Amino acid sequence: MISNDEIYEKYIRKGTMPTILCAGCGNGIVLNTTLRAIDELKKDIDKMVFVSGIGCSSRLSSYIKADGLHTTHGRPIAFATGIKAANPDLDIVVFTGDGDCAGIGGNHLIHGIRRNIDITVIVLNNYNYGMTGGQASPTTPLESLTTTTPYDSFEHPFDLSMLAMAAGAPFVARWTISHPVQLVKSIKKGLQVKGFSFIEVLTPCPTSYWRRNRIRDYEGIYRWYKENTVNVKRAESEPDKICIGELQNIQKKEWTEQWKELVERVSK
Amino acid sequence: MDAYDILGPSEQYIQGDKACVYGALIAGCRFFAGYPITPATEIAEEMSRFLPKLGGTYIQMEDEIASMGAIIGASWTGKKTMTATSGPGFSLMQENIGYAVMTETPCVIVDVQRGGPSTGQPTMSSQGDVMQARYGSHGDYEIIALCPSSVQETLELTIRAFNLSEKYRVPVILMMDESIGHMREKITIPKDVLIANRSTVDISYAYYRPFRTGYMHATKIPEFAPFGSGYKTFITGLTHDEDGFPTTVNPKAHSDLIKRLSEKITDNIDDIFYVNNKHLEYAEIAVISYGISARPSLAAVNMAQKLEKNVAFINLNTLWPFNYEFISELSKQVEKIIVVEMNMGLMYHSIREAAEGRCDVVLVSSLGGRVPTPKDIVEMIK
Repeated sequence: MISNDEIYEKYIRKGTMPTILCAGCGNGIVLNTTLRAIDELKKDIDKMVFVSGIGCSSRLSSYIKADGLHTTHGRPIAFATGIKAANPDLDIVVFTGDGDCAGIGGNHLIHGIRRNIDITVIVLNNYNYGMTGGQASPTTPLESLTTTTPYDSFEHPFDLSMLAMAAGAPFVARWTISHPVQLVKSIKKGLQVKGFSFIEVLTPCPTSYWRRNRIRDYEGIYRWYKENTVNVKRAESEPDKICIGELQNIQKKEWTEQWKELVERVSK
Repeated sequence: MDAYDILGPSEQYIQGDKACVYGALIAGCRFFAGYPITPATEIAEEMSRFLPKLGGTYIQMEDEIASMGAIIGASWTGKKTMTATSGPGFSLMQENIGYAVMTETPCVIVDVQRGGPSTGQPTMSSQGDVMQARYGSHGDYEIIALCPSSVQETLELTIRAFNLSEKYRVPVILMMDESIGHMREKITIPKDVLIANRSTVDISYAYYRPFRTGYMHATKIPEFAPFGSGYKTFITGLTHDEDGFPTTVNPKAHSDLIKRLSEKITDNIDDIFYVNNKHLEYAEIAVISYGISARPSLAAVNMAQKLEKNVAFINLNTLWPFNYEFISELSKQVEKIIVVEMNMGLMYHSIREAAEGRCDVVLVSSLGGRVPTPKDIVEMIK
């Protein structure tokens, strides 16, 4: 298995270190697991593009020594669609957050899935708008305290993986940063699936979210993710917990393959 | 297959929207992303029909924000890309147009103008978006906007839009109007057209810096490395240094960047700015117009010439960058400038600013989709 030092040497842009991420942030684990998955698949990094929107999650694209497109807020899936449709030989990974993907960019998410374009979307769900200081997001759990829900939040949160499944994504998986081994496996699968892969990672924002919501030590935060999630295989016995695991894996025709077929048909 | 192989006979009687598609395909456009909107829908329809035959890509996106995002992403694979819309969609595109300016992404945006604000008059002509083309996105920037006044000009200026976009690595906006988009006229498809392509990186990765300029070529335009070419290019809409990395709190880095982005356009105004003049040499009065209203303007000038008036006609085919020197010189020569526009006076303001009181500047404004008549304009010449 590749060591962290080797990952650093092989894949990280030294000029961008140290990261802007806070102590205890889970985003670094997502970066590490993504690069590990790429390395294990022996992907040619020069044929990959890392696309991201705006927010803490979206800074990950800048840290990888590869082509990267740090786009506008909420739009990475639209930009990624353009790249993939124009050059299907490139492998696209999208880093996005709960605000980016489910708030301002929700429409692009469901249409990217509907179109089934071959990109791997990794959503870093930290339950709040971390970069702007911790405002409520579309996934903020009920009764949470944030800077814009100072008396607690009453809006029903989105379950992003359920949304992706309902929209018809061929591959959907959800893990927390307490499950790095499983996450590497799912990212590998997502990269291999020909079609839209959706991987949701529950990642802590200790500075903005957890500080205001009961848990103020890293151990406690990680324990919260362990205790409040249940593997899909045992989900029926614990229906109140967040269901994690490989949630959907179906076959579906992919956009660029269908376009290629159409081009061959009409250019005869 | 070549564009000429599928466009049909060299002389045709077609709509402006279709001529725009012809121009784009001749210029080498092979990626179109769009969203249906009157009066620009025909552009998307024709693109969906032609592009697969040329091995290109057509994709209908979920909205105009996504369309703009998709053409920027596709442009970074090295393809020439375009989208087409009208006022409401053009408003939605503005943030990503600013992103294309900041990231120096070549692409062409067609705005077939209709009456606004808001949903306004979807099927009627207007020139109400010319200031949005110039100032629609936030922050300081320069942009190129061209404006055709016939179906033939639409074809030719679409090619020019792609050439300028490739050469200067800037989004170029083609400002059509509903009348030009839907009007049918005879066109001649030009042969042996000059086609420009973006200047690409040819130095080794060790020396590559994505936004360094003046190193390989004496210009303010960086060389382009498409995604997948191994140059590991990082692109961001944040203020960035020559390496492309975010540098967001350094006033000098920001000021150097936006000055370069503007100067690469303004320093080359002689190459970019192009107008069609008639009778300018001895003129005492000048009529300036663009788009469909340039047609009655020319008719009015011809009528006035018969009345032995020394009147010039200026068809402002390049709206932006605005050529202050050109209007300034004109204001020294003529006694009066008549600006004919289908809005409440938009280019009128820039023209009056450049004239600096040296001559009268008057406005012939027409609203509601009504194209001004030659008589409206002749009245002002008398």
